[in-house]
Amino acid sequence: MTATGAPASEGAAPPTGTGPLSTGSAQGDASGTAARRGRRKLTPYWLLLPAGLWLALFFVAPFFYQASTSVQSGSLEDGFRVTWDFTNYSDALAMYGPHFLRSFLYAATATVLCLLIGYPLAYLIAFRAGRWRGLLLVMVIAPFFTSFLIRTLAWKTILSDAGPVVGVLKSLHVLDVTSQLGLTGDDRLLATPLAVVCGLTYNFLPFMILPLYSSLERIDLSLHEAARDLYATPATVFRKVTFPLSLPGVVAGTLLTFIPASGDYINAQLLGSPNTQMVGNAIQKQFLNVLDYPAAAAMSFILMAIILIAVSVYMRKAGTEELV
Amino acid sequence: MTTTGKHPGSPAATEDPAPPPRRTPARGGTSAPAPLRWLRRNAVVLAGVASLCYLLLPNAVVMLFSFNKPAGRFNYEWRMFSTDAWTDPCGVADMCGSLGLSLQIALLATVFATAFGTFAAFALARYRFRGKGTGNALIFLPMAMPEVVMGASLGTLFLNTRVAFGFVTILIAHIMFCLSFVVVAVKARVMSMDPRLEEAARDLYAGPLQTFLRVTLPLAAPGIAAGAMLSFALSFDDFIITQFNAGPSTVTFPMFVWGAAQRGVPVQVNVIGTAMFLIAVAVVLGGQIAAGRRRRRG
Repeated sequence: MTATGAPASEGAAPPTGTGPLSTGSAQGDASGTAARRGRRKLTPYWLLLPAGLWLALFFVAPFFYQASTSVQSGSLEDGFRVTWDFTNYSDALAMYGPHFLRSFLYAATATVLCLLIGYPLAYLIAFRAGRWRGLLLVMVIAPFFTSFLIRTLAWKTILSDAGPVVGVLKSLHVLDVTSQLGLTGDDRLLATPLAVVCGLTYNFLPFMILPLYSSLERIDLSLHEAARDLYATPATVFRKVTFPLSLPGVVAGTLLTFIPASGDYINAQLLGSPNTQMVGNAIQKQFLNVLDYPAAAAMSFILMAIILIAVSVYMRKAGTEELV
Repeated sequence: MTTTGKHPGSPAATEDPAPPPRRTPARGGTSAPAPLRWLRRNAVVLAGVASLCYLLLPNAVVMLFSFNKPAGRFNYEWRMFSTDAWTDPCGVADMCGSLGLSLQIALLATVFATAFGTFAAFALARYRFRGKGTGNALIFLPMAMPEVVMGASLGTLFLNTRVAFGFVTILIAHIMFCLSFVVVAVKARVMSMDPRLEEAARDLYAGPLQTFLRVTLPLAAPGIAAGAMLSFALSFDDFIITQFNAGPSTVTFPMFVWGAAQRGVPVQVNVIGTAMFLIAVAVVLGGQIAAGRRRRRG
């Protein structure tokens, strides 16, 4: 909802930041003694304290524990000890290299698909919906109201071997083509990479649509008129005006889909096969089933590092650092 | 508006000077036959409606299959119409218990995350102070981290400090990841508020507390409500982080569904999914209609 609209407005912070509340001295009622001004100065810290402390304790501190765990060795019975054993990292990459590759490949594909599927809908809601705009927005958020595990299970029904989708695709010989490409096999959709990507695309589509919508909605329509007055065709208007102005939404949307998709293991588990497992599946298995915590920590650290690097490079390229 | 930098000046102004008028300025080609022209003009509408169908198809399937009477333990193939599951929604062992646990956790997580997040949002939106950049980054990072990384690392913390996994660890985790979303929602609202309204209140001799309660808080309320609703939805539906931080006896509803996906999915799961969907849509639509009516009257 408004969540995605917020970061972009960060650029407007300084003017509002200098509002009356932030400059106690400029106030007319500034009978401000030094003590009072001192207290004023501390106010933001007090306000930030609960959330900051919570995040420091349960978001930042865990990474230090994870870092130390990732260089431990030992076994569950004897206990793990820090031995600066970096083989956890090389082992993780050697054993689960394909998982990492698949994660980023599937997540990237799903992100592109989300952009292609989501853009028309965001455009429709922003410019063509008229009085249906509110209803359409509700319909975009509505799927969230059913637990996403239940909805992912519904894809099992939709894509099932005896289901209509497989039937239609089979009669159109589409499945022959996709199995040639290695996306499907044995006249099935379930347990194939295609099903996993389809599930990822579906699950994260609203995260693409909402930021796209919020940046499209802010576009001044008189710019469209101006472009048309200057003999731009509709395609040119889109290419030269609409799309460039929606780029902040594109950047936010791709981040909001790619990041969670690359760590997801639910779609790969429910819709995929052992051959479509992603790095999330590997971390989950090591942590919850094998109980090899150092291995899980090392993998999770690698995943985090790759994503942080990729995101910062991407955001520098896209030139929208004000998004943060 | 960083994007305008790539197109110096107004995008339209730098267009090639007067491209040959292949087409009349009126939209659409005049030469194409009528149906084709209609199709071209409404292509984006059709594509948008198609994506909306893609988005809503699973909900329709969940609803349809809540009336199924499956042959085996899995509810994946249609057999016959039945309302058995609707008349006996709690007929599956442990399911309604897990639902209650999820509601409890979601409610508590929402209360804490909304309170803490609102404070933080005011600090970040209204004040300038040393460390503000760090504060913003700290709030932003949890949203830029895959859930599996957060879940695994928090789980590692609890393992290392020998905290027993259970209700409290789940609650801690949920408050942690809901916080950022509340901050973002409230901050957006607070920054769009006109500070002169509060000045006016003080000019009219309202004390700081009175100004806050009668002016600031009502103005920020929509943002706070949005943050709270978002927290509730996120917490109620969270699976990945929960799985890494739950104990053996604390099975939330998503965890129940996950387990069921392995053992056999009862139809009642679809009933719950459908009921939640209908209730939430009714609440949201009701709110929108009420807001629209108020706007028309005011």
